[in-house]
Amino acid sequence: MLTLTCPCCGVTVEETELAPGGEAHLKRFGPGSTDAEFETYMFARKNPKGVHFERWRHAYGCGKWFLAARCTVSWEVFGTYPAQTTEPPAELIAKIKEKRPGWEGWK
Amino acid sequence: MSEAVSALKGESHVGFATVTEAGVTGMITLRADLAATATRIALAGQGLKLPGAREIVAGDKGRFTGWMSPDELLVICAYEDAPAVAAGLAKSLHLEHALVTNVSDARARFTISGAKADQVLTKLCPVDFATLKAGEMRRTRAAQVAAAIWRSGPEELSLVCFRSVAGYVMGILEVSSRQGGELF
Repeated sequence: MLTLTCPCCGVTVEETELAPGGEAHLKRFGPGSTDAEFETYMFARKNPKGVHFERWRHAYGCGKWFLAARCTVSWEVFGTYPAQTTEPPAELIAKIKEKRPGWEGWK
Repeated sequence: MSEAVSALKGESHVGFATVTEAGVTGMITLRADLAATATRIALAGQGLKLPGAREIVAGDKGRFTGWMSPDELLVICAYEDAPAVAAGLAKSLHLEHALVTNVSDARARFTISGAKADQVLTKLCPVDFATLKAGEMRRTRAAQVAAAIWRSGPEELSLVCFRSVAGYVMGILEVSSRQGGELF
């Protein structure tokens, strides 16, 4: 069971109170982009064995979106942070690098 | 005037805990910038206090303010007072980016009381009730529907949900509180 702490209301909740929102930190390619860029934005998603950044919504609680970093193998949660960011917080990245020395980075 | 009727007209069941539909209750949704001074003043004007994150605080005249999300509060008051309280809040917040709605008729409130009241909800909600403090507002799910729960008295919990699912919630509470169904 995945347990995440919502950074908006501070409560630690398990998976069934949350709604998954897929991969985090996607860059949108809309009108004016090439077909290849749009296709990548629309369909191509990371499917890593290891560190993954995800969007979650605290659907049965405060209703807010937030972002989480977790390991898809061990289900270890590295941290959660507000959705109003374009990239993961530096301290979270440092923490993940310490725990997963071979990690290739979030981009 | 038509007579106000609650969702289940005060239906009650006694098992190892007593579950009761609490009758008509005034509830007002307030969406606003909770850090703004105007919000605090508007609440004070109706005898209400501003709760901190995930808190429910008592105000005057048996009114309560519960924290629902970083930009939303639930005001609980007497059913008859709700239109006036909502109008008062809306009037004092009319210059702000805020929304006030009287949702009394869109919600249902239940009380679960008894020494083992926690166990009724332990079976239905993914919440550790041992760590749920008095004065804490916990939004969660009760089986398959959204609910908000708080400790409304010694050995009593209150639960609010949408009126449309009141029958479902009464059903799960009744089954969960049946004699012999205690957890410990």
